[in-house]
Amino acid sequence: MDLEQGKKAVCRVMQLKDKLISLQSVLRVAALLATTAAAVVMGMNKQSYTAVVAIIGTRPVTQTFTTQFKDTPAFVYFVIANAIASGYNLAVLVTRRLLQPRAQSLAVHLLDMVILALLATGSATAASIAELGKNGNLHARWNPVCDKFGSFCNHGVIALVSSFVGVALMLALNLLSAAAKSPHSNVSGQ
Amino acid sequence: MAKVHRLMCAVLRFAAAGAAGAAAILMVTSRETTSFFGIEMEAKYSYTPSFIFFVVAYAVACAYSLLVLLVPDGSPLSRLALTADVVLGMVLTGAVAATGAISEVAKNGNSHAGWLPVCGQIQAYCNHVMGALIAGFVALSVHFLAVLYSLHVVMTYTTICPCH
Repeated sequence: MDLEQGKKAVCRVMQLKDKLISLQSVLRVAALLATTAAAVVMGMNKQSYTAVVAIIGTRPVTQTFTTQFKDTPAFVYFVIANAIASGYNLAVLVTRRLLQPRAQSLAVHLLDMVILALLATGSATAASIAELGKNGNLHARWNPVCDKFGSFCNHGVIALVSSFVGVALMLALNLLSAAAKSPHSNVSGQ
Repeated sequence: MAKVHRLMCAVLRFAAAGAAGAAAILMVTSRETTSFFGIEMEAKYSYTPSFIFFVVAYAVACAYSLLVLLVPDGSPLSRLALTADVVLGMVLTGAVAATGAISEVAKNGNSHAGWLPVCGQIQAYCNHVMGALIAGFVALSVHFLAVLYSLHVVMTYTTICPCH
């Protein structure tokens, strides 16, 4: 009787593990989309406006002020980190069936953690610079720039939110991988 | 065998708590007042939201590392502790990254935004914050070591299978 119940319990656990593994694929696709969107939106972030800086005689002298993501090292790092993360997710999704399952799942789990940390640092860095751009810092005499470059700031916020969603998804992926790795696991595949 | 592991876990957690506490205290005690062309300039950690986040994150990490030693092994609470460990590690990573970004702007400025570098005027404050950042990195590494060790112990000696 106990053996029957034990077998049923293991069977239920293995069904749960199959569901966990398919959930992992869904999460990975979602993370890929989120990080790609973040990298692309921030990478194409650019805004310029023309203002009159002086009037010589009767002729106004105009100057064009441009801002792009390349001007800020934090945003450059953000784009690179998100690009690496999306490339990694794509590579994992593509090679899922090709490599040996057991070795692959350990390597994927470890790399997942590394990529998660990279993504977290990229998002946090860009968020702190974005906050500085929006509010400025009175004590350091740094003026906010978002009132002049409104569209740049809005696109930046969209990219940031997308990246944070990607971080949350990759964290969920990590925890799922850890949960699916319990000692009773006989299931092959990622 | 289990006793050795428990001892090792405790040692790592105490080290993580100590390092996190040191990082938080270093950041809190950073303060400098200087006068620049007759204008009084004060630099304090509480003037920058990223630095406040750094202090709060590391203070929480210190308290958490000490509290997690009270959790009994193998209970559902230990699974929650494992999850919280990973999440806290990510929060600490974010705190270090945000502080690093603000420090980089303070040191190099940003000519496109019209932000001048200020570290020349408040050199001691910048060095203090650099010390806090280094302590933060060390605390982060020790925290991850502690997490990996407790994960290894949990994986090898207990089961997280829900059917038990």
